[in-house]
Amino acid sequence: MSATDTPKRSMRTPLGRVRNLGAAHSGTSDFWRQRITAVAMTLLMIPVIVIVMMLLGRNQAGAAQILGSLPIAVILLLFIFASAWHMKIGMQVVIEDYVHNEKLKLTAIMLNNFFSIAVALASTYAILKLSSGV
Amino acid sequence: MVEFALPKNSKITGGKTWPKPAGATELREFKVYRWNPDDGKNPSVDTYYVDTNDCGPMVLDGLIWIKNHIDPSLTFRRSCREGVCGSCAMNIDGQNTLACTRSMHDVKDGAVKVNPLPHQPVVKDLVPDLTNFYAQYASVEPWLKTTSPTPQKEWRQSHEDREKLDGLYECILCACCSTSCPSYWWNSERYLGPAALLQANRWVSDSRDEATGERLDSLEDPFRLYRCHTIMNCAKACPKGLNPAEAIAELKLKMVERQI
Repeated sequence: MSATDTPKRSMRTPLGRVRNLGAAHSGTSDFWRQRITAVAMTLLMIPVIVIVMMLLGRNQAGAAQILGSLPIAVILLLFIFASAWHMKIGMQVVIEDYVHNEKLKLTAIMLNNFFSIAVALASTYAILKLSSGV
Repeated sequence: MVEFALPKNSKITGGKTWPKPAGATELREFKVYRWNPDDGKNPSVDTYYVDTNDCGPMVLDGLIWIKNHIDPSLTFRRSCREGVCGSCAMNIDGQNTLACTRSMHDVKDGAVKVNPLPHQPVVKDLVPDLTNFYAQYASVEPWLKTTSPTPQKEWRQSHEDREKLDGLYECILCACCSTSCPSYWWNSERYLGPAALLQANRWVSDSRDEATGERLDSLEDPFRLYRCHTIMNCAKACPKGLNPAEAIAELKLKMVERQI
C-alpha cells in the first residue's frame, strides 16, 4: 500500500488494498542467494581466520608474499564476494522491514547497493594489489 | 518508519476498579482493556473481581461472568466456547490465545490481564477490526481450483496426499499467529501474515488442486511471502498447536524448487 492509499483516505475495498499492485514475482532469488552466501561464509570462515592470523604482525612485504599464493587470494576474494552480497541482501531486508516512507526507502536501498559494491570493489582491489606484489 | 510508541489516542490511561462482589469467598482479579469509540476518551484498564466459585474455569467464563454480573458494557467476541470458532482470540497475560481454552488457573502471577489482539485497530474493548486479516485470507483464494472436467462423484485423493494437509486444515483463523508476528505488525498492509500463508500452503499442498503454480506466482513477492523471518511467534501463539512458520518455510522451499 502506498503512503497515499491508507485505509482512512481510500475507498478501495479491503481485498483491493491487499491485492494492490499484484505480486512482484521476485524475492526467491534473493532468498536463495542469502542462503548460498551464508553457507559459503560458514565454509570460508575458518580458512579466513587462519589467513588473518598468518598475516598478523607481518609487514607489507610479508603480507604480499602470503597473498601471492593463489589459493589464499582466491579464498579471501570469495569471502569478500560472499559477505558483501550477504550484507547487501540482509541490509535491504532490514530497510524494507522498517522504513515505510517510499522516498527514504528507495534512497536507503540505493545507498545500500552503492556501499556494498564500493566495499567489495575496494577490498578486491586491495587483495589483488597485495597479491600481485605491487 | 516503524512505530515504537503508541499513537496519542491509544495510550492507556488509568481505569476504574469495580467493587468486589458481595458474599464471594474466592476472588480472581481481572485487568481488562476498555475502549469506547463513542466517548472520545483514551483506552483504560479496568479492574474486576470474579467470583471463581460461581463461574467456569476458563478466562472466557470469567469475562462472561463480568458481563453478566458486573458490567454489561464489556464487549468481546465469543461463540463456540470450545476452541473451534476462533472468535474469542485475545491477548491474555501477554500471549495471544483463545479465552475459551485458556484456564484462568494457568495465569500464575496476580491478575488475569486481558487485552485485544495486538496491533490491530480496536472496534470496542476486546474486539479488534480484522477486516484486513480476512481480506488477506480471501486473497489466497481458499478454494479448490481445477480446469479438468469435474468428476461425476468426487475429486479423488490418496491417503498419503490427504496426510499432507494435516497441520494445515485445522486452522480456525483466530488471528492469534498473525497478530503475534512482529513482521506483520510492521508490514501488515503488504505481508500476508502467518495465517493467510498457512492457508495458502494448505491449497498449494492439496493434490487435487490444479492451480499450484498460479498460487505460487501470486505469493512470490518480497513482501507478501518473504517478510517472514522465521521468528516463530506464530507457532508459539497458535492455540491449535499448528506451525505456520513451518508452512511458510515449505512455501519458500517450493519457490526455490521450481527455480532450481
